[in-house]
Amino acid sequence: MTAMISAVGRRTLEILRILGHHATFFVEILRACPAALRRPYLVIAQIHAIGNRSLVIILASGLSVGFVLALQMYYALVTYGASESLGLIVNLSLTRELGPVVTALLFAGRAGTSLTAEIGLMKAGEQLAAMDMMAVDPRSRVLAPRFLAGIVSMPILAILFSSIGILGAYVVAVLLIGVDAGNFWSIMQSGVDVRRDIGNGIVKSIVFGFICTFIALYQGYEADATPEGVAHGTTRTVVIASLGVLMMDFVLTALMFSTP
Amino acid sequence: MGKKSVEMLVGIFVLLGMAGLVFLALKAANLGSFSSGDTYTLKAYFDNIGALKVRAPVRSAGVTVGRVASIKLDPKLYQGVVELAIQRDVQFPSDSSLRILTSGLLGDQYVGVEPGASDKMWAAGDEIKHTQSAVVLESLISQFLFSKAADAGSATASPQPASAPGGGRK
Repeated sequence: MTAMISAVGRRTLEILRILGHHATFFVEILRACPAALRRPYLVIAQIHAIGNRSLVIILASGLSVGFVLALQMYYALVTYGASESLGLIVNLSLTRELGPVVTALLFAGRAGTSLTAEIGLMKAGEQLAAMDMMAVDPRSRVLAPRFLAGIVSMPILAILFSSIGILGAYVVAVLLIGVDAGNFWSIMQSGVDVRRDIGNGIVKSIVFGFICTFIALYQGYEADATPEGVAHGTTRTVVIASLGVLMMDFVLTALMFSTP
Repeated sequence: MGKKSVEMLVGIFVLLGMAGLVFLALKAANLGSFSSGDTYTLKAYFDNIGALKVRAPVRSAGVTVGRVASIKLDPKLYQGVVELAIQRDVQFPSDSSLRILTSGLLGDQYVGVEPGASDKMWAAGDEIKHTQSAVVLESLISQFLFSKAADAGSATASPQPASAPGGGRK
């Protein structure tokens, strides 16, 4: 009995300790951000590493998601004679949900893992400690630029994902199946609101960029300085970031789209 | 890779993102097609607004000339008060009438304007009572059934009065 109660207490304290760790780490990164902004080239180089290098996988996935969405929706809609609403459905599902969420999942896999592994290996090779010895703050030199770059890159990637997805749906629906192009665009335009649908999608992608980058940096920075530690950290980045994104997506959707 | 070429690539990346945003806003959404800037408002009273929604279009001859700005209930008349925001450059004679119509069989409802012939024009803030309500399917069906029953009742009234239940009620 006492063992069980103390087990519960230990678990609670452990959770609190992890939460506190995350919060302190977050404040440390935020405090290092102004110093990183004073040297914008550090941030630009990281946007290149995180954003530009993820571009190809994001565009390829967006295009194929657009293709598949258009085909599947066409088969469902054609039975109701509503195949011209295809553009609207594809647009709404991409800008509201699939754009931000799928981009964030790909981003966690493509950019998050590389951030974790990079920082974990820097720590294992004692490069971070060496920076500290030279009075260079590793937080403002290494962590903050990557954090800012992640938050900047993610919305751009999500916008491009949605855009290329809509173009892919246009190719399948209009060029291959033969849905009327004028109706495809005009029904889409009358049903999609800039602020409500596209704006909220961008807000979502900024939040997801924050979650993915922050978890990747935390797991890298707190990883054990061994090959196993870095491997564990990389795995945990993908798992935690993906679950966090999906749960946060539910919360954000409920907040944003609950009122008609 | 040199500093300049990295900056160049990141610049291309950011510009691509902006191009995507412009594409989404202009081609894939309704920004620019209808600006809410230059409008005047009219108040219309309907007995029943059906499933009309805020931001539903106001159309005359099928052309969108405005949007529904707000919908509320008049607490004294028990009528629906619909505020319409009409484009400034479109004017209607003061004896025009408003109807709530449906686009397509299952489409959204919109407000249709039937222009009249008066020389006077509607001005901002005018209240319009000359309106026709939305068609509610249930009342349409019950009207149809009642008239059918009434027809059947009058046709067969003399030989078998009991064969048309409800026929005498009308």
